[in-house]
Amino acid sequence: MYTQALNTAETADRDLEDAGKAAQFQARIDAEERIEPNDWMPAAYRKTLTRQISQHAHSEIVGMLPEGNWITRAPTLRRKAALLAKVQDECGHGLYLYAAAETLGSSREELVDAMLAGKAKYSSIFNYPTLTWADIGTIGWLVDGAAIMNQIPLCRCSYGPYARAMIRVCKEESFHQRQGYEIMVTLCRGSEEQKAMAQDALNRWWWPVLMMFGPPDATSQHSDTSTKWKIKRFSNDELRQKFVDATVPQAQYLGLTIPDPGMTQDADGHWRYSEIDWAEFKQVLAGNGPCNRDRMAARRKAHEEGAWVREAAASYAAKRAQRQTAQAAE
Amino acid sequence: MATPNTPLWEVFIRSRNGLAHKHVGSLHASDATMALQAARDIYTRRGEGLSIWVVPSSAITASDPAEKGMMFEPAESKIYRHPTFYEVPEEVGHM
Repeated sequence: MYTQALNTAETADRDLEDAGKAAQFQARIDAEERIEPNDWMPAAYRKTLTRQISQHAHSEIVGMLPEGNWITRAPTLRRKAALLAKVQDECGHGLYLYAAAETLGSSREELVDAMLAGKAKYSSIFNYPTLTWADIGTIGWLVDGAAIMNQIPLCRCSYGPYARAMIRVCKEESFHQRQGYEIMVTLCRGSEEQKAMAQDALNRWWWPVLMMFGPPDATSQHSDTSTKWKIKRFSNDELRQKFVDATVPQAQYLGLTIPDPGMTQDADGHWRYSEIDWAEFKQVLAGNGPCNRDRMAARRKAHEEGAWVREAAASYAAKRAQRQTAQAAE
Repeated sequence: MATPNTPLWEVFIRSRNGLAHKHVGSLHASDATMALQAARDIYTRRGEGLSIWVVPSSAITASDPAEKGMMFEPAESKIYRHPTFYEVPEEVGHM
């Protein structure tokens, strides 16, 4: 699809960052032009996007772990097939995103190594455990619902490869949310125990899901320039509010209670939520969430245990290339 | 001495801002620069594009359309990969 080779031209002048080029770049952004890999871009734009897209990719990959935990214990074959398909999709989304990030000039290996070394982050939400089957329903409904809210505006992001990857991802994401909500509907129409399980999952996931949108606008470090560059179209708080407004009626339909006794509805229809515990968010980002160590250990183990496959494929390719050169020389 | 064959190139064009490059056809040219110029002349005479990629045809590895049945079979039976497979009550609205 997109290759690094596209980025090899004219690297020298990028350091200079002359004002004329920067102004021209901003004019292109303002005119809603898409920036493509070979175009001149400020070093900070490249850095911001590399960080954002690769973190997004890492999140998709790490996100396979909490759900993968339930594949072997899904209650029916139908649910098992759906969950397996969903986890496969998450992997696919990670790969589209890594490919988009690579167009900015970093190699896949560098990006993955940064994550394994703990230098690159992934979404805080995947550091929470999936304790019951209802968590799988809740993840599809809320975690994927929040992801969709965040990703739809990214389909119009100023960087072409990222925007196009997001269009693909969004098309596939709809199934994820629907299968999650279907699980919730089934549980809520089931026995008392099943409904209690659904409520318990909502209680545990609600606040971490609201944290997925990132710190409040007043304290967010990256928002201003990201908005100016049209990487971001809505602020964290705007997206969070949209998500809450969309989700409350869905919870009401299920007969579940949002674990926020202070929640009220405005005259204009918006649901106002209580203060989010940002100390918890900071703790999870700092590596002290309930599953941070497990997730990193699982990713490192998978990477190490896959090393022989990568090595075997590379040496097979080298052997074939050598043989072809030898044959051509004959 | 027979004239050597001129290499074949595949041409991809980005038709509009933000869209991906799409394959439009092929042409013969002796090197990449000439291929790019020829692609412009052959495929964008009416302003069809903003950007062109040319790729040596020999660099493309393709699946065999005759074996498409076997190639794409894994996706065929998996209707649960589509959103419509899941029932969401109408009252809940679009999801």
